[in-house]
Amino acid sequence: MKSSEATTAGVGAPAAELDPFEAALHLGDVKGRSPWEDAWHRLLKNRAAVTAAIIMGVMILLVIIGPWVISWDMDYTDWDHTQSAPSFANGHWFGTDAVGRDILVRTLEGGRISLLVGLVSTLVSLVIGVSYGAIAGYYGGVTDRVMMRLVDIIYAMPFMFFVILLMVVFGRHILLIFVAIGAVNWLDMARIVRGQTLSLKRMEYVEAARACGVENRDIIRRHIVPNLLGVVMVYVTLTIPQVILVESFLSFLGLGVQEPMSSWGALVSDGAQDMESAPWTLAFPAAFLTVTLYCFNYIGDGLRDALDPKDRS
Amino acid sequence: MTLDQSFVRHITRRLLSVLPTLLMLITVVFFLVRVAPGGPFDSEKALPPEIQANLEAKYHLDEPLLQQYFRYLGQILVLDFGPSFQYKDWTVNELIAQGFPVSLTIGALAMLLGFVLGVSIGVGAALRQNSAADFSTMGFAMLGVSIPNFVVAPLLILLFAVYGGWLPAGGWDWTWQSAVLPVVTLALPVIAYIARLMRGSMIEVLHSNFIRTARAKGLPERQVILRHALKPALLPVISYMGPATAALITGSVVVERIFSIPGLGSYFVQGALNRDYTLVMGVVLFYGVLIIALNFIVDLLYSILNPKIAYEEL
Repeated sequence: MKSSEATTAGVGAPAAELDPFEAALHLGDVKGRSPWEDAWHRLLKNRAAVTAAIIMGVMILLVIIGPWVISWDMDYTDWDHTQSAPSFANGHWFGTDAVGRDILVRTLEGGRISLLVGLVSTLVSLVIGVSYGAIAGYYGGVTDRVMMRLVDIIYAMPFMFFVILLMVVFGRHILLIFVAIGAVNWLDMARIVRGQTLSLKRMEYVEAARACGVENRDIIRRHIVPNLLGVVMVYVTLTIPQVILVESFLSFLGLGVQEPMSSWGALVSDGAQDMESAPWTLAFPAAFLTVTLYCFNYIGDGLRDALDPKDRS
Repeated sequence: MTLDQSFVRHITRRLLSVLPTLLMLITVVFFLVRVAPGGPFDSEKALPPEIQANLEAKYHLDEPLLQQYFRYLGQILVLDFGPSFQYKDWTVNELIAQGFPVSLTIGALAMLLGFVLGVSIGVGAALRQNSAADFSTMGFAMLGVSIPNFVVAPLLILLFAVYGGWLPAGGWDWTWQSAVLPVVTLALPVIAYIARLMRGSMIEVLHSNFIRTARAKGLPERQVILRHALKPALLPVISYMGPATAALITGSVVVERIFSIPGLGSYFVQGALNRDYTLVMGVVLFYGVLIIALNFIVDLLYSILNPKIAYEEL
């Protein structure tokens, strides 16, 4: 990555001051690699993670482009082919449900919602968690103790029931799903970020910044948060599948997205109703959902192995 | 392990921290449910206003919110969750007493299965690190972690009940047949997660010096694993038991619904959909206390198994 100019100044940079002979020695010499490049190379060597990333990329493309390309509408009911098995002949590649809606296009549209919820909710929890954790960790003392005690208290609550309650109380609006899940999911992030910040703030460069008179908020913004990136990235990839799962769970119970919108959870729920007569209505959304979760987990695992210096062996 | 002062202080402090948690739980749940639009007596057919008023007076819904709140707190103190708003002639206590044994049975069996199978699979994989068996097992474990239980459950029903006809597709009659599918569904992610945890920690422990010493002494491998490696390797699994309980409880909501099991989770979802205030609050509180209590036990277990732990840091 380009952003890491500080990495290997010792190897490549001083070439200008050397005499031509020595400069020639250094020419084509070891090119410095930043920790990010190291991590990148480790990640590329992890075949499971790379495969998962490729599959995930294809999945995202399909979900974005698919509904435009496919001639069916997600709530168009094809009365000539209700509950049709997957068939190329009638154009319903994944079959249709009990009222003749095309499963393929519904699965892809549902994927849009599921992935969107995963992304946005994770973003919400990312913003809350990182700022909360960084502030608690950096200021320490009473601030830290009070803030983390609060996290402990919330942590002990039955999380899923709160989300369900929120959905019941405020109605099943899609925006609320984003916020509800994100707002309850930031606790882990806050804890991880706090721990990391505690060790970061004792680093010499933070000391140096403070000695130079940089203000606390600037230190947090410019020195602490960028160095949290690795940990946060790993955690984000592991949070996305969790969030998708929570949304599917809610939709499965009938508490998530509402018709005409759909998500993988809602589709699995519909499919489970008809699975005896039309197993394909369950199979396709379930497969898409599972493959997505599977891939995200592998990517997250790969990232952790690549970025966590502790497990380097 | 001696019951030294710091240990006692640690326990006391943990117990004391439970109180604000509970209070916050009660408060949040109470006010959340009360600001909900729609009341428990909303129905298709509007009730005559006089009857509506009578009903609300009977359940104290006409009082100021704060008064209702303190009334509820007082009730909770004597462990009375009040009457259900939807199930006629039932108190929430009775509903919990009715549903919980079922949920507990399924949950406890799933936990047991998850722990035993998860630990054995994890140890097995660690001992054959990087073999084909290890890779395929861990691939399956990752699948187990990823695949949602509301996908597993219909698949199992389809396979073992609809096509196979060996087990009932749902219902609950306290026989082992009716328990198999729900328990397996619930246990699957726990097995998978514990197996992954156990493999990782076992590999780490096997590389440590005291294991090398044990081997150098000439102990048979079996004894090295069982006597020396297993206990420290179990620590991460033990600390996962708290979150695992919470996961099992939430999982049971879905599983009970799919298999139509009359457990606490079914009551909760039904209560949430019907705005049965007292039932919803009662169940959330009950689950909250359960999770807090189990976390406390797990914490104690952890500190007993790990003598290195410094209580002040917890």
